[in-house]
Amino acid sequence: MKLIFEKSVPGRACTLLPDCDVPMAAIPETFVRKAPPHLPELSETDISRHYTELAKCVHGVNDGFYPLGSCTMKYNPALNEEMAGLAGFTGVHPLQPEHTVQGSLEVLAKAEEILCKVTGMDTMTFQPAAGAHGELTGLLLIKAYHRARGDAQRTKIIVPDSAHGTNPASASMTGFTVVNIPSGADGCVDLEKLRAAVGPDTAGLMLTNPNTLGLFDKNILEITRIVHEAGGLNYYDGANLNAVMGVARPGDMGFDVVHLNLHKTFSTPHGGGGPGSGAVGAKSLLAPFLPNRHVKCQGDFYAFEDAPQTIGSVKAFYGNFLVVVRALCYMLVLGEDGMRDASQMAVLNANYLKKLLEPHCEVANEGICMHEFVLTLEKLKKETGVSAMDVAKSMLDYGMHPPTMYFPLIVHEALMLEPTETESKETLDWAAGVIAEILEKAHTEPEALHNAPVTTPVGRPDEVAAARNPKLRAVFDA
Amino acid sequence: MGSYVPSTAEQRQEMLRTVGVSSLEDLYTDVPASIRMPDLQLENGQSELEVSAAIQKMAEKNHLFGSVFRGAGAYNHYIPAIVRRVTSKEEFLTAYTPYQAEISQGILQSIFEYQTMICELTGMDASNASVYDGACAAAEAAAMCRDRKRSRVLISAATHPMVIQTILTYCEGADAEAVLVPAKDGATDLESLRELLCNTDACFYMQQPNFNGLIEDAEALGELVHAAGAKFIMGVNPIAAAVLKTPRECGADIAVGEGQPLGMPLSFGGPYLGFMACTKELFRKLPGRIVGETADAAGRRCYVLTLQAREQHIRREKASSNICSNEALCAMTASVYMAAMGPAGMQKTAALCYSKAHYLAEQICALPGFSLTYAADFFHEFVTKTPVPAEALLTVLEENDILGGLPVENGILWCTTEKNTKEQIDQLVALLKEAASV
Amino acid sequence: MNIPENLLYLDSHEWVEKTGEKTARIGLTDFAQDQLGDLVFVNLPEEGDSVAVGESFADVESVKAVSDIYSPVTGTVAAINADLLDAPEAINQDPYGAWLIEVTDITEYGELMDAVAYQAFCEEQN
Repeated sequence: MKLIFEKSVPGRACTLLPDCDVPMAAIPETFVRKAPPHLPELSETDISRHYTELAKCVHGVNDGFYPLGSCTMKYNPALNEEMAGLAGFTGVHPLQPEHTVQGSLEVLAKAEEILCKVTGMDTMTFQPAAGAHGELTGLLLIKAYHRARGDAQRTKIIVPDSAHGTNPASASMTGFTVVNIPSGADGCVDLEKLRAAVGPDTAGLMLTNPNTLGLFDKNILEITRIVHEAGGLNYYDGANLNAVMGVARPGDMGFDVVHLNLHKTFSTPHGGGGPGSGAVGAKSLLAPFLPNRHVKCQGDFYAFEDAPQTIGSVKAFYGNFLVVVRALCYMLVLGEDGMRDASQMAVLNANYLKKLLEPHCEVANEGICMHEFVLTLEKLKKETGVSAMDVAKSMLDYGMHPPTMYFPLIVHEALMLEPTETESKETLDWAAGVIAEILEKAHTEPEALHNAPVTTPVGRPDEVAAARNPKLRAVFDA
Repeated sequence: MGSYVPSTAEQRQEMLRTVGVSSLEDLYTDVPASIRMPDLQLENGQSELEVSAAIQKMAEKNHLFGSVFRGAGAYNHYIPAIVRRVTSKEEFLTAYTPYQAEISQGILQSIFEYQTMICELTGMDASNASVYDGACAAAEAAAMCRDRKRSRVLISAATHPMVIQTILTYCEGADAEAVLVPAKDGATDLESLRELLCNTDACFYMQQPNFNGLIEDAEALGELVHAAGAKFIMGVNPIAAAVLKTPRECGADIAVGEGQPLGMPLSFGGPYLGFMACTKELFRKLPGRIVGETADAAGRRCYVLTLQAREQHIRREKASSNICSNEALCAMTASVYMAAMGPAGMQKTAALCYSKAHYLAEQICALPGFSLTYAADFFHEFVTKTPVPAEALLTVLEENDILGGLPVENGILWCTTEKNTKEQIDQLVALLKEAASV
Repeated sequence: MNIPENLLYLDSHEWVEKTGEKTARIGLTDFAQDQLGDLVFVNLPEEGDSVAVGESFADVESVKAVSDIYSPVTGTVAAINADLLDAPEAINQDPYGAWLIEVTDITEYGELMDAVAYQAFCEEQN
C-alpha cells in the first residue's frame, strides 16, 4: 500500500476555507518557520479512497470474532455512537459557564451515581483517560491518604506476579516500591506469601479479581482483610469487571479504590487503541483527595468542586467526556438486570467455549472459569514444534482475531480467550471448530502453521529488523 | 431489560447443560455468598427509544453558543466533513490496539503517517502514537528527562494552569521537585530562568504561544536551558506550529502539545489528543506505542508496534511510563485533518486565526477603557484590560448568544479562529462598547 | 556451545575476562545469547558509574523481553562498548568478542566458575 505522502500531488488541495474577511495581518518574519510542514496535497477523493483502502486492512469487532483476553472486545452499540455525536455534547466548550453545560454535568453525575452503585464505591472521578491512567490516579489517592495521616513510611505496593504489567509500572510512577508476590498455579493470591509481605511499610495491594487466569479468588475477603489489618489499602484493577458486574461489588470485596475501563466493560469502542476512560471510584475515606473539578449536585444545579486536599490534576479538564456519554447510554439500556445478565452471559460463553475446547488442548485451570480462560500449548509445542504464536497466526486465516498471546506470564505458551457476552452460540461453535482444526493440523502439517497467515494483506512482519533499525517516520527527498 | 446478548432462552439452557451447571448463578460459587448478587438499587434497563430520548434531553440542556471567542486550551476550529466520515468507519472505531500486525496494517500505517506528520509539524525526528492529552504529554515529557543526576523540573508560569497542575501532580507522585519560573509582562521571565537554573535540573517546560496568547522568545529560553545542561521541552499549539518557528528551529529536545485543534470537536474537554515528538537522541525514552516500518518474509513493506521493550507489559516496574491505551482514533482524526488541509490549508488557517485576532484586538482596544494587558505580539489569543468587571461584560455577551473570552487575572483572554466572521467580531465589539458605557 | 577456557563465568551467564590486576571485561555468554534470542537493544551504564557484585548494571532487549545483566565484580566502569548501541546483534554473532563494559578498580569478585564448571552448569540448565 502506498503511504498517503506517496499519493500527494503538488498544488492539489481541498477547498475548505473562505478568504479572509478582515485585513490580513502578516506574522513578523522573525517568528516564522523556514519552510511549511511537508504534509500531503490531496483531493477529497484521494483522502477518502486512501482511508477506505486502509480500513480494508483492519479487523474490528464488527468484522468478526475478537476473543482478545483481558480486552473485553464486546459489541459497541450503535446508539452510543449516535448519542456521543449529538451537537449538544460535541459543541460545548469545556470552559463555558456551569449553567450553560448542565446537560454535560448531568451526564457525569448520573454516570457516577450508577457506577458507584455497581462498584460499591462512594465517589468517582472521570478525569483519567484510560485504565493505566486510572491506576496512576488511584495510587496517588492512596499515597495522599497515608501522607495526610502522617504515615510516610508506607512506601510499598504489593502486586502479584500474575498482574497486568500496568500495575507495577503505575506503582513505580507514583514513587512506590513494588513488592512482587508469587501467585499460586491458579493465579490466586498465596495467603501465606501475602501475610509475609505486609507490614508497617505496606501502602496497599493491587489486585484484579477475577485474576488474569480468569478465576475469581475465593479468598478475596481474607486477602483484603490481611492488607487492611496491616494498615494498607486495597486497589481493584477493574480490567476484568465484565465477569462480575452486578454480581459482586469491589466495595463489598474489601477494596477501597477501583478503576474501571469504560472502553472494556461498558461497551465503548477502542478506536484502534483509544480513547478510553479509566474512571476511578473510591470509598469516602479517599474522597478528600480526588482530582479537582469533580461534579457535585447542589439542589437541582450541577457544579464543579475541588476536593479539599486534592491530588491535583492528572489531565486537563474533566476526562474523555464523550466516552462517558457512551457508557451512560449503555448502562441506561442495560439497567441493573441487564448488567447482571451481561456478566453472567460473559461467564457462560467463556465456560461454554472452554468446554468445547477441552477435548482438544490443555486449559491452564480446570473447573468453572469467569469471563475468560487460558490455554497452555506447552505440550503441543514439545510434541509438534508448533507454538502458541503459530496457532494464533493460523486463526487469522480463518477470519478470527487471535486471543491474547503469552499472557499471563506465569503460564507457558499461553493463549487467553475472552469471548464476551455479545457473541452467539453459533459463533462460539464455529470458533471451537476452527481452533480444533488448527490444533489437529499442528500434528499433520506443522510447517503450514509456522508459515501462517497466508490470506492476510501481509505476512508476519520482521519485528527484529524493525527494532534493530527503527524507521519511525517517512523520509522525503530534500 | 435492555440487552445486547444474542443467546436465546433455549440456547442458554443448552449451553448450561454443556458446561454442566443448572443455572447462571451456579457459575459463581467461588464468589463468597455474603457478597454475591447484591441489590444495586438501580433501575432496570430501558428500550433504545427511551434511552435515546433521555440522553437527547440531557444534550439539549447544554447551550451551544452562536459565536465563540473563548479558547484557553480548547479551540473552536472548522472540522472538514471528511474527517468525521473517515474516523467513524467501524473498522477503525471498533479495533483494539494493533497487536496483530497482519490484520492491522490499516491502523498501523495510519499511525506511521500520523507520526510522520507530527514530526513534520514540529521538525523533530520521532513521534509516538499519542498520549491522553496535551497536559499529560507535558508531564510525560518531563518524566523522560529525569534521571538520577538531574531530577528537578522547571515550568514557565505562562503555561496553561491545567498543564501546570498536571505536571505538578505527576512530579509529586514521582517524588520529583518542580518549580515555576515566574512570568514578566505576560511571558516567561528570562532573568528568573537564568537565576533558577542549576546542574540538577532535568528540564524546562514552556508553552508556545503561551497561556496569554503571546509568542515567546523560545530560542533565547532554549539557549539558557541548554547552557545549564538541561533539556528543553516546548508545548506548542499545532495550528500555530504550521507557521511559527518549529520546536526544532528553537532548539527543543522534545515537542509536545494538545492536538484538539486538529479536527477534534470541543466535546466539553475530551477526548483530545496529546502529541509527543523528540530528537533522535531521545526517542528510546518516548512513552507509549510507537509504530515502525519493516517488511514481511516476502519483502512487502509493512508496519508494526516496535521498541516494545520500553513498555509496561515487558518492563513492568522498570518501565518509565505505565501508558497502555492512548488516543489512537484522535491521532487518526488529526492525520485526516492535516491531509485535508494540506500544507497550504494549515498555513491559511493559521493566517486567518492571526489576522482575525489582530483585527479583534485593534477593534476592542479602540474602545474607551480597553487596552492590551501585555505588549508582546500574540498568535490567536490575547488579554485585554476592561473598564468594567469582566463578568458584567460576559453576561451581556451571553445574553446575545456569544461565548466571550475567559476571565483571567489581568482581564479577559480572547480567542479567535477561522470560524469567527467579521460580522461576529463587529457584533462583539459593538456589544462591548454598549456594555462598557452603561 | 562455545565456552572459552580463559574466561570465568557467573551463574547468571555473564563472562569475565581479567585484563589486569584490578581490571576486567564483562560480556554475555553464548548460552545467554542463545536463550535470549535476537537482541535488538542494549542499555549500558555510563563511564564512571560504579557496579557491584550481584547488582544489575545493564539490560538487553529482545523484541518481546528485557533481561537484566548482573555484575560479577565490584568496581568502576572504565569503558563501555558503544558499538553495541548501534549493533546489538554483535552479541548474538560473537558473544565473546562483543564485550559490554570494562571495569577498573575492582575490589571484589563474585562467585565465579571456570569453563569446565560452567559447561556442567549449562548442561544442567538445559
